[in-house]
Amino acid sequence: MAHEDDSGEEVGTPRERFRAGVRAAVPFALAGGLLSASFGVVAGQAGLPDLAAIVMSLIVFAGSAQFAAVAIIGAGGSLGAALVAAALMNSRFLAMGIALAPSLPGGPLRRALQGQAVVDASWAMALRPDGTFDRHFLFGATAPQYVAWGVGTVLGVLGRSVIGNADRFGLDAVFPAFFLALLLTEARHPDSRRVAMAGAAISLALTPFTPAGVPILAASVAALWGLRTRQPS
Amino acid sequence: MSTAWALVAGCAVVTFAIKAAGPIALGGRELPARFASVVALTAPALLAALVATHTLADGHRLEVGAPTAGVLVSALVLQRTRSIAWCVVSAAAVTALLRAF
Repeated sequence: MAHEDDSGEEVGTPRERFRAGVRAAVPFALAGGLLSASFGVVAGQAGLPDLAAIVMSLIVFAGSAQFAAVAIIGAGGSLGAALVAAALMNSRFLAMGIALAPSLPGGPLRRALQGQAVVDASWAMALRPDGTFDRHFLFGATAPQYVAWGVGTVLGVLGRSVIGNADRFGLDAVFPAFFLALLLTEARHPDSRRVAMAGAAISLALTPFTPAGVPILAASVAALWGLRTRQPS
Repeated sequence: MSTAWALVAGCAVVTFAIKAAGPIALGGRELPARFASVVALTAPALLAALVATHTLADGHRLEVGAPTAGVLVSALVLQRTRSIAWCVVSAAAVTALLRAF
Protein backbone atom coordinates (compact mmCIF):
# COMPACT_ATOMS: atom_id res chain seq x y z
CA MET A 1 0.00 0.00 0.00
CA ALA A 2 2.70 2.43 0.98
CA HIS A 3 4.89 1.51 -1.94
CA GLU A 4 2.93 2.79 -4.88
CA ASP A 5 3.50 5.90 -6.92
CA ASP A 6 0.81 8.52 -7.45
CA SER A 7 -0.89 6.57 -10.20
CA GLY A 8 -1.34 3.59 -7.88
CA GLU A 9 0.97 1.44 -10.04
CA GLU A 10 3.61 -0.64 -8.38
CA VAL A 11 7.04 0.43 -9.53
CA GLY A 12 10.57 -0.85 -9.37
CA THR A 13 12.72 -3.93 -9.45
CA PRO A 14 12.70 -6.35 -6.51
CA ARG A 15 15.77 -4.56 -5.14
CA GLU A 16 14.06 -1.17 -5.33
CA ARG A 17 10.94 -2.53 -3.63
CA PHE A 18 13.13 -4.06 -0.92
CA ARG A 19 14.71 -0.64 -0.38
CA ALA A 20 11.29 1.03 -0.34
CA GLY A 21 10.33 -1.43 2.40
CA VAL A 22 13.46 -0.59 4.39
CA ARG A 23 12.70 3.14 4.16
CA ALA A 24 9.04 2.73 5.10
CA ALA A 25 9.96 0.64 8.15
CA VAL A 26 12.56 2.98 9.69
CA PRO A 27 10.11 4.63 12.13
CA PHE A 28 8.79 1.20 13.13
CA ALA A 29 12.35 -0.03 13.63
CA LEU A 30 13.13 2.90 15.94
CA ALA A 31 10.00 2.30 18.00
CA GLY A 32 10.68 -1.44 18.03
CA GLY A 33 14.20 -0.77 19.28
CA LEU A 34 12.78 1.20 22.21
CA LEU A 35 10.27 -1.54 22.92
CA SER A 36 12.91 -4.28 22.81
CA ALA A 37 15.07 -2.23 25.20
CA SER A 38 12.18 -2.42 27.63
CA PHE A 39 12.04 -6.17 26.92
CA GLY A 40 15.72 -6.39 27.91
CA VAL A 41 14.85 -4.71 31.20
CA VAL A 42 11.75 -6.80 31.90
CA ALA A 43 13.45 -10.10 31.02
CA GLY A 44 16.18 -9.45 33.57
CA GLN A 45 13.62 -8.57 36.23
CA ALA A 46 11.86 -11.87 35.45
CA GLY A 47 15.09 -13.78 36.09
CA LEU A 48 16.13 -14.52 32.52
CA PRO A 49 19.94 -14.56 32.08
CA ASP A 50 21.25 -11.68 29.93
CA LEU A 51 22.41 -13.93 27.11
CA ALA A 52 19.09 -15.81 27.05
CA ALA A 53 17.17 -12.52 26.68
CA ILE A 54 19.35 -11.46 23.74
CA VAL A 55 19.21 -14.87 22.03
CA MET A 56 15.44 -14.90 22.52
CA SER A 57 15.06 -11.61 20.66
CA LEU A 58 17.29 -12.87 17.84
CA ILE A 59 15.60 -16.23 17.27
CA VAL A 60 12.01 -15.54 18.38
CA PHE A 61 11.62 -11.93 17.15
CA ALA A 62 8.00 -11.60 18.24
CA GLY A 63 7.51 -8.87 20.80
CA SER A 64 4.13 -9.66 22.29
CA ALA A 65 4.97 -13.39 22.61
CA GLN A 66 8.30 -12.63 24.27
CA PHE A 67 6.75 -10.24 26.81
CA ALA A 68 3.93 -12.69 27.59
CA ALA A 69 6.19 -15.73 28.00
CA VAL A 70 8.71 -13.91 30.19
CA ALA A 71 5.96 -12.40 32.35
CA ILE A 72 4.56 -15.85 33.09
CA ILE A 73 7.95 -17.34 33.99
CA GLY A 74 8.70 -14.27 36.12
CA ALA A 75 5.44 -14.73 38.02
CA GLY A 76 6.38 -18.33 38.82
CA GLY A 77 4.26 -19.93 36.07
CA SER A 78 5.23 -23.17 34.33
CA LEU A 79 7.19 -23.51 31.10
CA GLY A 80 4.12 -25.05 29.45
CA ALA A 81 1.91 -22.10 30.42
CA ALA A 82 4.52 -19.68 29.08
CA LEU A 83 4.71 -21.49 25.73
CA VAL A 84 0.93 -21.62 25.39
CA ALA A 85 0.75 -17.88 26.08
CA ALA A 86 3.44 -17.25 23.45
CA ALA A 87 1.55 -19.38 20.93
CA LEU A 88 -1.70 -17.51 21.59
CA MET A 89 -0.03 -14.12 21.32
CA ASN A 90 1.41 -15.26 17.98
CA SER A 91 -1.82 -16.78 16.72
CA ARG A 92 -2.55 -13.66 14.65
CA PHE A 93 0.47 -14.61 12.52
CA LEU A 94 -1.50 -17.69 11.51
CA ALA A 95 -4.14 -15.45 9.92
CA MET A 96 -1.46 -13.20 8.42
CA GLY A 97 0.42 -16.23 7.04
CA ILE A 98 -2.71 -17.63 5.39
CA ALA A 99 -3.33 -14.24 3.77
CA LEU A 100 0.28 -14.01 2.60
CA ALA A 101 0.60 -17.60 1.34
CA PRO A 102 -0.60 -17.18 -2.27
CA SER A 103 1.97 -14.39 -2.79
CA LEU A 104 4.97 -16.61 -1.92
CA PRO A 105 6.69 -18.65 -4.64
CA GLY A 106 8.82 -21.77 -4.28
CA GLY A 107 8.55 -25.06 -2.44
CA PRO A 108 7.17 -25.56 1.07
CA LEU A 109 10.52 -25.02 2.84
CA ARG A 110 11.25 -21.82 0.95
CA ARG A 111 7.74 -20.51 1.62
CA ALA A 112 8.05 -21.41 5.31
CA LEU A 113 11.29 -19.42 5.54
CA GLN A 114 9.83 -16.44 3.67
CA GLY A 115 6.87 -16.54 6.04
CA GLN A 116 9.22 -15.81 8.95
CA ALA A 117 9.49 -12.23 7.66
CA VAL A 118 5.93 -11.52 8.83
CA VAL A 119 5.70 -8.95 11.61
CA ASP A 120 2.64 -6.73 12.09
CA ALA A 121 3.83 -3.50 10.49
CA SER A 122 5.62 -5.12 7.52
CA TRP A 123 2.67 -7.35 6.79
CA ALA A 124 0.18 -4.47 6.86
CA MET A 125 2.35 -2.24 4.67
CA ALA A 126 3.12 -4.97 2.10
CA LEU A 127 -0.55 -5.76 1.55
CA ARG A 128 -1.82 -4.41 -1.78
CA PRO A 129 -5.42 -3.26 -2.23
CA ASP A 130 -6.15 -6.35 -4.35
CA GLY A 131 -5.33 -8.73 -1.47
CA THR A 132 -1.89 -9.82 -2.76
CA PHE A 133 1.41 -8.98 -1.10
CA ASP A 134 4.62 -7.36 -2.31
CA ARG A 135 7.03 -9.87 -0.75
CA HIS A 136 10.20 -7.90 -1.55
CA PHE A 137 8.71 -4.89 0.21
CA LEU A 138 7.82 -7.20 3.13
CA PHE A 139 11.40 -8.51 3.41
CA GLY A 140 12.81 -4.99 3.18
CA ALA A 141 10.45 -3.67 5.85
CA THR A 142 11.29 -6.47 8.25
CA ALA A 143 15.09 -6.20 7.91
CA PRO A 144 15.63 -2.94 9.86
CA GLN A 145 13.03 -3.97 12.43
CA TYR A 146 14.94 -7.20 13.06
CA VAL A 147 18.26 -5.41 13.49
CA ALA A 148 16.72 -2.79 15.79
CA TRP A 149 14.95 -5.48 17.81
CA GLY A 150 18.29 -7.20 18.53
CA VAL A 151 20.24 -4.00 19.19
CA GLY A 152 17.48 -2.66 21.45
CA THR A 153 17.47 -5.84 23.53
CA VAL A 154 21.26 -5.65 24.02
CA LEU A 155 20.97 -2.01 25.10
CA GLY A 156 18.11 -2.83 27.44
CA VAL A 157 20.08 -5.65 29.05
CA LEU A 158 23.19 -3.47 29.43
CA GLY A 159 21.30 -0.39 30.60
CA ARG A 160 18.88 -2.19 32.90
CA SER A 161 19.85 -0.21 36.00
CA VAL A 162 19.62 3.13 34.15
CA ILE A 163 16.29 2.49 32.40
CA GLY A 164 14.39 0.98 35.32
CA ASN A 165 10.65 0.74 34.68
CA ALA A 166 10.30 1.40 30.95
CA ASP A 167 6.55 2.01 31.24
CA ARG A 168 7.17 5.48 32.63
CA PHE A 169 8.43 6.54 29.20
CA GLY A 170 5.05 5.69 27.69
CA LEU A 171 6.61 3.22 25.27
CA ASP A 172 3.63 0.89 25.56
CA ALA A 173 1.57 3.53 23.70
CA VAL A 174 3.99 3.58 20.76
CA PHE A 175 2.77 0.47 18.99
CA PRO A 176 -0.97 1.04 19.28
CA ALA A 177 -0.34 4.59 17.99
CA PHE A 178 1.53 3.13 15.01
CA PHE A 179 -1.17 0.61 14.26
CA LEU A 180 -3.85 3.27 14.52
CA ALA A 181 -1.85 5.47 12.13
CA LEU A 182 -1.61 2.56 9.65
CA LEU A 183 -5.31 1.92 10.05
CA LEU A 184 -6.30 5.58 9.51
CA THR A 185 -4.10 6.02 6.46
CA GLU A 186 -4.78 2.65 4.80
CA ALA A 187 -8.39 1.89 5.66
CA ARG A 188 -10.27 4.63 3.82
CA HIS A 189 -12.82 2.40 2.13
CA PRO A 190 -16.18 2.15 3.98
CA ASP A 191 -15.89 -1.65 4.04
CA SER A 192 -12.49 -1.34 5.73
CA ARG A 193 -13.92 1.01 8.34
CA ARG A 194 -16.82 -1.32 9.05
CA VAL A 195 -14.51 -4.30 9.41
CA ALA A 196 -12.13 -2.33 11.64
CA MET A 197 -14.98 -1.36 13.98
CA ALA A 198 -16.21 -4.95 14.06
CA GLY A 199 -12.69 -6.29 14.71
CA ALA A 200 -12.18 -3.86 17.58
CA ALA A 201 -15.58 -4.77 19.06
CA ILE A 202 -14.92 -8.52 18.82
CA SER A 203 -11.51 -8.22 20.49
CA LEU A 204 -12.80 -6.05 23.35
CA ALA A 205 -15.81 -8.31 23.92
CA LEU A 206 -13.54 -11.35 24.29
CA THR A 207 -10.79 -9.69 26.35
CA PRO A 208 -12.27 -10.38 29.81
CA PHE A 209 -13.01 -14.03 29.05
CA THR A 210 -10.25 -15.51 26.90
CA PRO A 211 -6.45 -15.92 27.21
CA ALA A 212 -4.42 -12.98 25.89
CA GLY A 213 -3.90 -13.17 22.13
CA VAL A 214 -7.16 -14.97 21.36
CA PRO A 215 -9.20 -11.73 21.02
CA ILE A 216 -6.88 -10.50 18.26
CA LEU A 217 -7.03 -13.74 16.28
CA ALA A 218 -10.82 -13.87 16.70
CA ALA A 219 -11.10 -10.33 15.30
CA SER A 220 -9.89 -11.63 11.92
CA VAL A 221 -13.34 -13.25 11.56
CA ALA A 222 -14.61 -9.71 10.80
CA ALA A 223 -12.73 -9.90 7.49
CA LEU A 224 -15.29 -12.47 6.28
CA TRP A 225 -17.36 -9.37 5.46
CA GLY A 226 -15.29 -9.50 2.27
CA LEU A 227 -17.31 -12.52 1.11
CA ARG A 228 -20.22 -10.13 0.52
CA THR A 229 -18.38 -7.98 -1.98
CA ARG A 230 -18.38 -8.87 -5.65
CA GLN A 231 -14.84 -7.80 -6.30
CA PRO A 232 -11.81 -6.75 -4.24
CA SER A 233 -12.06 -3.12 -3.27
CA MET B 1 19.04 -27.22 30.29
CA SER B 2 17.63 -24.51 32.51
CA THR B 3 14.04 -23.26 32.28
CA ALA B 4 15.27 -20.02 30.72
CA TRP B 5 16.90 -21.75 27.76
CA ALA B 6 14.00 -24.16 27.36
CA LEU B 7 11.73 -21.10 27.22
CA VAL B 8 13.88 -19.47 24.54
CA ALA B 9 14.04 -22.65 22.43
CA GLY B 10 10.33 -23.41 22.92
CA CYS B 11 9.23 -19.90 21.94
CA ALA B 12 11.45 -20.03 18.85
CA VAL B 13 9.95 -23.34 17.70
CA VAL B 14 6.37 -22.23 18.41
CA THR B 15 6.82 -18.93 16.57
CA PHE B 16 8.52 -20.55 13.58
CA ALA B 17 5.75 -23.15 13.29
CA ILE B 18 2.93 -20.58 13.48
CA LYS B 19 4.52 -18.31 10.88
CA ALA B 20 5.30 -21.28 8.61
CA ALA B 21 1.87 -22.95 8.78
CA GLY B 22 -0.04 -20.69 6.39
CA PRO B 23 2.66 -20.45 3.70
CA ILE B 24 3.24 -24.24 3.76
CA ALA B 25 -0.44 -25.17 3.65
CA LEU B 26 -1.74 -22.61 1.17
CA GLY B 27 1.26 -21.35 -0.76
CA GLY B 28 1.79 -21.34 -4.49
CA ARG B 29 -1.78 -21.53 -5.65
CA GLU B 30 -4.24 -19.11 -7.13
CA LEU B 31 -7.08 -18.43 -4.75
CA PRO B 32 -10.52 -17.18 -5.76
CA ALA B 33 -11.33 -13.47 -5.90
CA ARG B 34 -13.54 -13.72 -2.83
CA PHE B 35 -10.54 -14.95 -0.84
CA ALA B 36 -8.64 -11.87 -2.00
CA SER B 37 -11.29 -9.48 -0.72
CA VAL B 38 -11.33 -11.30 2.62
CA VAL B 39 -7.54 -11.05 2.79
CA ALA B 40 -7.61 -7.33 2.01
CA LEU B 41 -9.93 -6.87 4.98
CA THR B 42 -7.85 -8.90 7.47
CA ALA B 43 -5.52 -5.90 7.83
CA PRO B 44 -8.13 -3.46 9.21
CA ALA B 45 -9.61 -6.24 11.38
CA LEU B 46 -6.28 -7.23 12.96
CA LEU B 47 -4.91 -3.69 13.24
CA ALA B 48 -8.09 -2.46 14.91
CA ALA B 49 -8.00 -5.37 17.35
CA LEU B 50 -4.35 -4.63 18.21
CA VAL B 51 -5.17 -0.96 18.79
CA ALA B 52 -8.29 -1.72 20.86
CA THR B 53 -6.69 -4.32 23.13
CA HIS B 54 -3.59 -2.18 23.73
CA THR B 55 -5.44 1.04 24.50
CA LEU B 56 -8.70 -0.01 26.16
CA ALA B 57 -7.62 -3.03 28.21
CA ASP B 58 -5.08 -3.88 30.86
CA GLY B 59 -4.73 -7.63 30.99
CA HIS B 60 -8.26 -9.01 31.16
CA ARG B 61 -9.80 -5.79 32.46
CA LEU B 62 -11.29 -3.23 30.12
CA GLU B 63 -10.10 0.18 31.25
CA VAL B 64 -9.36 3.69 30.10
CA GLY B 65 -5.88 4.77 31.15
CA ALA B 66 -2.85 6.80 30.20
CA PRO B 67 -2.23 4.88 26.94
CA THR B 68 -5.86 5.53 25.90
CA ALA B 69 -5.29 9.28 26.12
CA GLY B 70 -1.86 8.99 24.49
CA VAL B 71 -3.19 7.11 21.48
CA LEU B 72 -6.21 9.43 21.11
CA VAL B 73 -3.94 12.48 21.07
CA SER B 74 -1.65 10.75 18.59
CA ALA B 75 -4.57 10.24 16.21
CA LEU B 76 -5.36 13.98 16.34
CA VAL B 77 -1.69 14.79 15.80
CA LEU B 78 -1.66 12.48 12.78
CA GLN B 79 -4.69 14.22 11.27
CA ARG B 80 -3.02 17.62 11.76
CA THR B 81 0.58 16.89 10.82
CA ARG B 82 0.29 13.80 8.53
CA SER B 83 3.50 12.68 10.22
CA ILE B 84 3.81 9.20 11.68
CA ALA B 85 6.88 10.28 13.65
CA TRP B 86 5.02 13.08 15.46
CA CYS B 87 2.06 10.80 15.94
CA VAL B 88 4.18 8.23 17.77
CA VAL B 89 6.20 10.73 19.78
CA SER B 90 3.00 12.41 20.99
CA ALA B 91 1.55 9.04 22.04
CA ALA B 92 4.58 8.21 24.19
CA ALA B 93 4.88 11.76 25.56
CA VAL B 94 1.23 12.09 26.62
CA THR B 95 1.26 8.62 28.18
CA ALA B 96 4.48 9.31 30.06
CA LEU B 97 3.22 12.73 31.26
CA LEU B 98 -0.03 11.29 32.59
CA ARG B 99 1.90 8.57 34.43
CA ALA B 100 4.21 11.14 35.98
CA PHE B 101 1.34 12.76 37.88
